[in-house]
Amino acid sequence: MKAVVFALRSFGRELRSGEVLVLLAAVALAVSALTAVGFLTDRIGKAVARQANEVLAADLRLRSQERVPDEWRDLAHDYELDTAETMSFPSVVFSGDESALATIKVVSNEYPLRGSVRVSDTLFGEQRTADDIPAPGEVWADGALLARVGADVGDTLAIGELDLTVSAVLTYRPDQSIGFASLAPSVMLNIDDISRSGLIGEGSRVAYALLVAGDERAVADFNEAIQDQLPESVRVRSQEDSSERAYNAADRAQRFLSLTAVISLLLSAVAVAMSARRFAHRRMDTVALMKSLGATQGFVISVSFVQLILLGVLGIAAGSVIGFAAEEALSRILIDLMQQADLPKTGLRPIFLASTSALILLLGFALPSIIQLRNTPPLRVLRHDVMPPAPSHLFVGGLALAAVAALLYRSVGDVRMLVILIGGIIVIGGLLYLVGRGMVALLGRARSGVGVAWRYGLANVARRGRDSAVQVVAFGLGITVLLLLTLVRTDLLEGWRQTLDDDAPNHFLINIQPHELDSVASLFEASNIDRPTFTPMVRARMTTINGESVKDREYPNEDGKWLANREANLSWAASMSPSNELIEGEWWPLDYAGPPLVSIEEESATNAGLKIGDHLNFFVAGKEVEAEIASTRKVNWDSFQPNFFIVLSPGALDGMPATYISSLRIPEAKKPMLIGLVRAHPSVSVIDLGAILEQVRGIIEKASLAVQAVFLFTLAAGIAVLFAAVQSTIDERRFESAMLRALGARRRTVFLGVMAEFAALGTAAGILASAGASVLAYLVATRLFELPYEFSPVIWLAGVSAGVLIVCLSGYFAARGAVNARPADVLRSVGN
Amino acid sequence: MSDHSLSGTQVLEAHGLSKQVSSPEGTLTILSDVSFKISAGESVAVVGPSGAGKSTLLALLAGLDLPTAGHVVLNGSNLSSLDEDGRAQLRAENVGFVFQSFHLVPSLNALENVMLPLELAGQSNARSAALEIIRKVGLEERWSHYPAQLSGGEKQRVAIARAFATEPAVLFADEPTGNLDSRTGANIMKLMFELNRSSSTTLVLVTHDQSLAERCDRILSLDVGLLVSDERVAE
Ligand SMILES: Nc1ncnc2c1ncn2[C@@H]1O[C@H](COP(=O)(O)OP(=O)(O)O)[C@@H](O)[C@H]1O
Ligand SMILES: [Mg+2]
Repeated sequence: MKAVVFALRSFGRELRSGEVLVLLAAVALAVSALTAVGFLTDRIGKAVARQANEVLAADLRLRSQERVPDEWRDLAHDYELDTAETMSFPSVVFSGDESALATIKVVSNEYPLRGSVRVSDTLFGEQRTADDIPAPGEVWADGALLARVGADVGDTLAIGELDLTVSAVLTYRPDQSIGFASLAPSVMLNIDDISRSGLIGEGSRVAYALLVAGDERAVADFNEAIQDQLPESVRVRSQEDSSERAYNAADRAQRFLSLTAVISLLLSAVAVAMSARRFAHRRMDTVALMKSLGATQGFVISVSFVQLILLGVLGIAAGSVIGFAAEEALSRILIDLMQQADLPKTGLRPIFLASTSALILLLGFALPSIIQLRNTPPLRVLRHDVMPPAPSHLFVGGLALAAVAALLYRSVGDVRMLVILIGGIIVIGGLLYLVGRGMVALLGRARSGVGVAWRYGLANVARRGRDSAVQVVAFGLGITVLLLLTLVRTDLLEGWRQTLDDDAPNHFLINIQPHELDSVASLFEASNIDRPTFTPMVRARMTTINGESVKDREYPNEDGKWLANREANLSWAASMSPSNELIEGEWWPLDYAGPPLVSIEEESATNAGLKIGDHLNFFVAGKEVEAEIASTRKVNWDSFQPNFFIVLSPGALDGMPATYISSLRIPEAKKPMLIGLVRAHPSVSVIDLGAILEQVRGIIEKASLAVQAVFLFTLAAGIAVLFAAVQSTIDERRFESAMLRALGARRRTVFLGVMAEFAALGTAAGILASAGASVLAYLVATRLFELPYEFSPVIWLAGVSAGVLIVCLSGYFAARGAVNARPADVLRSVGN
Repeated sequence: MSDHSLSGTQVLEAHGLSKQVSSPEGTLTILSDVSFKISAGESVAVVGPSGAGKSTLLALLAGLDLPTAGHVVLNGSNLSSLDEDGRAQLRAENVGFVFQSFHLVPSLNALENVMLPLELAGQSNARSAALEIIRKVGLEERWSHYPAQLSGGEKQRVAIARAFATEPAVLFADEPTGNLDSRTGANIMKLMFELNRSSSTTLVLVTHDQSLAERCDRILSLDVGLLVSDERVAE
């Protein structure tokens, strides 16, 4: 109690004197960085997710074979959510004598809840965003459909018993990639017309959907509430299980955001740890004095602890305010950049998280220093060189790691990422420390061959052995994570850029008969479009795996079971598609003519429990085909190339009824040639990927922007934090430089000496950081983001220059003060 | 050597004190077999050339460090039988310090520095007691100044005020004038002897200034860790 009162009283005095300001600043900086990054990642994450939800045209989609009962819609309204209804089914559409199969999309007034529909007023004309849905009696139809039946805007289409006027060309609807398999071009009409169409009744294959959207929490609550009560026939879809590509982009962006959160956390840890060391070091004399005046160990530790907590609380308060303000400013800019009306709001959670994080960091990283203080020998009042025994590495490391793990687990939530990061930190931290000590020793030896300034600087590095090594580790870790962030960001953006490549295919042609191949190809050539590559496709069913029926077999998971039991599309190829990557086994030789071999997509192989050497039997057009698994492949679905889960060796499917598919790029200006193609080959379906691509592009562009913005901010915050860390090492240098100047050294010499020391530390840290970041980035890129990763020498350059630059620059500002101080003042103040 | 403590109770006893430290060159003996007794109210100077072991002896007497052999009895308690906290407690109740390099807490002003031991001892009227003694050392005008704003002599006055604030039984001073010019040093010593007399504190003063030593009741001379003489000063 006495200690608490004393601590409170003297805390005010310490604050006034500025003694504790550096640690206070470090805590405040950590909290503001964590708060701002927390807010930003939260809000941007939500914005990206919302964008991804466009693929559903809603946040949640309840699908059913029958009309979704009204009670679910009412329930959604109870949760203050918006709803819309849709139906879709295949039907033949007539225009005069011409007819074509179409996907009929029936929508209610509120559709779509997320994203927007786009139309144009003429075939292949300029697009605009539609504010509403087709009026009753009207229809919006896909351009390909209109071309096929020879109709245009203003004409009438007959659908069931309805005669509807085409009032616009439908160019884009957000949920068109759902039910991708149906493939037929769509027409959209008003739900009010549907009862008169005569199309809805016994035996019709209508997919009903209730769309739901609104506040994120409310959606989640609603989803939770309906989970157990929904009838079998109703299935719920949310963003996670929607379109693979859009989701991938959003998901990776989210991961990147949480990576930045983690990294700002680690940087903060570095700053807090460094400043806490300084805090403890500066208190050592006072503690020795208090002990000589009769303070007990318990008293010393209680006082320090209470003050540490007070400091934390103050730092947190200041940091929250700064972080909040910074985030407000940043999000304004982002709203502009991302062309969002607003970023989704978040609660005060980030402040809470940042605050508790800072407290945990403070305890995890400052406690060892504080506990060490307790052991300050009172003899220090007479012999200034006696120091408390250093706390054990195990204790310091263990406590720090425990703190970091606790924090990371909460903010990452992803165990795999956590393991990679913690493992990486332990290994890199340990290596940094060992190598740091080695370098410090080496540098010390190198001093005989250099000028006086360098000799002084290098001698200092060596003399401060353990301290220097600790600094190298701290700076090294800080730079490591900043480099890591840079690398991952580059990889991520590069991967996305490739997806968005202007040469990426924007159309699929399917259902091309073998005898049509030449004629289709010549049509393209006539329009000066490169001859497309045709990929064969055969419908088949898997019957047995290693002789066991696919129905009776046990599978590692449901996806695997589904894969083995469904009707599959098989293909064959002599060489592997460039969008595939061999994972295991071997691809057959180009001229292979032996017994059938098969290559399986890696993930499905895992899901279905298939491995190299397994025998698969397929039932194809009345015949059995047996093939042995020769390899597994990874498929880059982002490539928009035709890809198959199951690919056989050439010859295995000879004589089977095959159709061909192809993907190709058709420039916007040449699109009208498709009208001729569809007319000449009515059975060939043309799928315009343009809209889907655009959708993916929209998500990726926003995600990229978000990633860039958060990256820049984190980088800035990180550098600021490292700056603070350098400041915390300056005290001793102040005294030494004063002494040297008192001995007659010129200011310039002393200054150069201090800079030499920083340059040495910075180089050491930079080299270590480059090595660490290379390994970590490799792990993060390949394991977390599933991106290819290439080691690049540029990192080394960047790491070392960043190390030297950051440490020297912050050292420069710190050293300037130290060197400029009047020696007499400094030397006098030591006695106090 | 004869026993000079004929009158009064023994407040400080050194029994066969030795201190050895291990250094890269082997074991170093800093003090060997030093014994003496000091009675209440006595003022004792410890003299000797630099490196003789004076500060080491002071540290052992005050319980800031423990001897390798022998023991110290301070106000009836054997310091070797106490743990660090026990010794701290004993210091809080019985001991005051004045150091060569002042050792004021830079973040505290003059008054607060004087209050420090009072607060550590849990005194409720710390502030008024501290103000009182600050007045005695002639710094009432400057009580709110921080150490950095004070001259060496003023710092040492604050240190002296702090040392006497708790009315300790024993006051240890390690070359209190070592960092001061001779005139300021003389003033400081005058102040110290005055306060010592008026509060009848026992004084142990380390110095290499012979004239200063002669103002004490008794002089202990150390050389390379040995107690070479123990003499009463003729009045
Ligand atoms: N902990 C220690 N380690 C090594 N040498 C020490 C230690 N303490 C004292 N010494 C040495 O013992 C000798 C006596 O020191 P000290 O008591 O400070 O002498 P004085 O105060 O008389 O000048 C000096 O040479 C000093 O360097
Ligand atoms: Mg000494």
